[in-house]
Amino acid sequence: MAKQAPISDEYQYGFRDEHKSIYQSGKGLTKEIVTSISKMKNEPEWMLEFRLKAFEQFEKMPMPTWGGDLSELDFNDIQYYVKPSEGQSKTWEEVPSEIKETFNKLGIPEAEQKFLAGVSAQYESEVVYHNMQKELEDQGVIFMDTDTALREHPEILREHFAKVIPPSDNKFAALNSAVWSGGSFIYVPKGVKCEVPLQAYFRINSENMGQFERTLIIADEGSFVHYVEGCTAPVYGTNSLHSAVVEIIVKKDARVRYTTIQNWSSNIYNLVTKRAVAEENANMEWVDGNIGSKLTMKYPAVVLKGRGAKGSVLSIAVAGKDQHQHAGAKMIHLAPDTTSTIISKSISKHGGKVTYQGLASFGRKATGAKSNIKCDTLILDNQSTSDTIPYNEILNDDVTLEHEATVSKVSEDQLFYLMSRGLSENEATQMIVMGFIEPFTKELPMEYAVEMNRLIKFEMEGSIG
Amino acid sequence: MATKFVIEGLKAEIEGKEILKGINLEMNGGEIHAIMGPNGTGKSTLASALMGHPKYEVTEGTATLNGEDLLEMGVDERALAGLFLAMQYPSEIAGVTNSDFLRSAINARRGEGNEISLIKFIRQMEGSMKGLEMNPEFMHRYLNEGFSGGEKKRNEILQMMMLDPKVVILDEIDSGLDIDALRIVAAGVNQMRSEDRGFLIITHYQRLLNYITPDFVHVMMQGRIVKSGGPELAARLEQDGYDWIKEELGITDETVGQEQEA
Repeated sequence: MAKQAPISDEYQYGFRDEHKSIYQSGKGLTKEIVTSISKMKNEPEWMLEFRLKAFEQFEKMPMPTWGGDLSELDFNDIQYYVKPSEGQSKTWEEVPSEIKETFNKLGIPEAEQKFLAGVSAQYESEVVYHNMQKELEDQGVIFMDTDTALREHPEILREHFAKVIPPSDNKFAALNSAVWSGGSFIYVPKGVKCEVPLQAYFRINSENMGQFERTLIIADEGSFVHYVEGCTAPVYGTNSLHSAVVEIIVKKDARVRYTTIQNWSSNIYNLVTKRAVAEENANMEWVDGNIGSKLTMKYPAVVLKGRGAKGSVLSIAVAGKDQHQHAGAKMIHLAPDTTSTIISKSISKHGGKVTYQGLASFGRKATGAKSNIKCDTLILDNQSTSDTIPYNEILNDDVTLEHEATVSKVSEDQLFYLMSRGLSENEATQMIVMGFIEPFTKELPMEYAVEMNRLIKFEMEGSIG
Repeated sequence: MATKFVIEGLKAEIEGKEILKGINLEMNGGEIHAIMGPNGTGKSTLASALMGHPKYEVTEGTATLNGEDLLEMGVDERALAGLFLAMQYPSEIAGVTNSDFLRSAINARRGEGNEISLIKFIRQMEGSMKGLEMNPEFMHRYLNEGFSGGEKKRNEILQMMMLDPKVVILDEIDSGLDIDALRIVAAGVNQMRSEDRGFLIITHYQRLLNYITPDFVHVMMQGRIVKSGGPELAARLEQDGYDWIKEELGITDETVGQEQEA
């Protein structure tokens, strides 16, 4: 396997720093490593048992045979736990300098000053920096990394942990359950509305590293929170794995928006399980942007459990050379009058591959439920491909399901039109692509929309030819 | 400034079929030329070929603007050199607002570091839209998406006004316009008349020429300009149609490349 990695000039976050971690588990996964992760974190006994049981399940479960090509993913060539530093910093100054430099380059402290109510930054396996506005703290909002939550709020964590996504859900959920580290824990008390977003930033720095953050968000009745996460990694010649589990509980009349911008380098397997449970009249919104990675398999789900609950997934996926975005959404309607919307926008270029796979399921009690699904694909050249694989399960006669899928190419006439006004072919293509994903970008917080547009422009540079 | 636009011996084909069979035309700044003719005689092909639509291949001839060879240039370079085509069927671009698009187009002319200020741009755009009696909301609508035929045409004229070109080709700008819209569009064109700008108006109806008086009128048939004259030629066409020209020239079928209205 190539040790010397080529530095790609296509991926702008592909730099890496020379930070030396204080502990590395070494490659491969054993019961001993799982135990030592738990011991090192001083976890309660129940969590160790949970991890070990999950590890057994992980070993028993076969690799998924559907979705993307996982044949090159070698579980023995991954480091499951890398601890970058001792403890967590509350102020930016305390963060180790190489790590600080990395996050500076990614614009994290600046973003925090400008518009975020709280920020958490995870480097390798651990959260290295965490801060939240005092007003939110005073209102009883809990926003911390999941390890700290396990120590400081054990009851509420234990009550909800792995209840939405049990380890047996799928092989990667089992793996995450065995070796999880970091991630965000958020609790928003009844009626509290967080006006500004909370953000977490995930960075993988080492080669062959596995990042397994575990996020749990509980929005109590009538509350609101918008959580934003961003992810990047350096470019290496060999593969790394990002396998997160995100569980969200949206109680009666509460609303949660979860925005992800993943901009992984092209050596990352991004295999993530995200699911929310929405109770009566609750509203869960996934806004999910997937750029980069070698293979992404991700299907944000909403279990619409209470009457009148709403779920939505708004996603974009961009696949370039040697990349496969296998993404979609799942809406499980279990109660009457529940509604869901899925809008999926995919772009493939330079031989990239995008697949939408989704599920709309209506249980026996889902009388009057409605689902609207729209998948649009824009293909930029003849080497690139797209697929749409929708599944429907309907056990109730009184439901409405609309599904619409379009595949388009950047048309000659559109390019001609824009160029006839003086835009170069590149500018014209960018404009068409940005227009295509506009329904997504307009839902992002302003700063993210600007960043997103910049990223897409960057991705589209040299797309012509 | 002396704008000079010269087309010499221009031949063009689509999918191997020759549509333009040698067009000659000379136009100076300040002049308005009308190209008239029945459907299918190559008028729109001339417009698209001059702008550089990839569907058309120019096989012979030249087109120069102030001595610069347009046919050597890419579509965007032709635009930056001062050529503007108001299209018969403008494309719709979802997700891109009219104002973002126009601002990018203006900035493409001004170059990096010299971008138009947002305030100045908005004032300019609002001013031009008012003249064209366009609802200000069109500023934020997606480019041509869901516009009616008449709204698209007005939007083309709006772009022309904002981009300040040297040579304007209006391709059937009057088709699909009711009389009020026609009057407004014509007023927009007349307002843009100037000594350093030339207009090439392609139409098969004379009615637009009631509002915009051309200096020269050319009739196209079979991919060529078969007759040229002054405004009186347009008036005669209005009265008598095209048959007398066909008779005069011994033409039975005036179209070119039949199955394709080009």
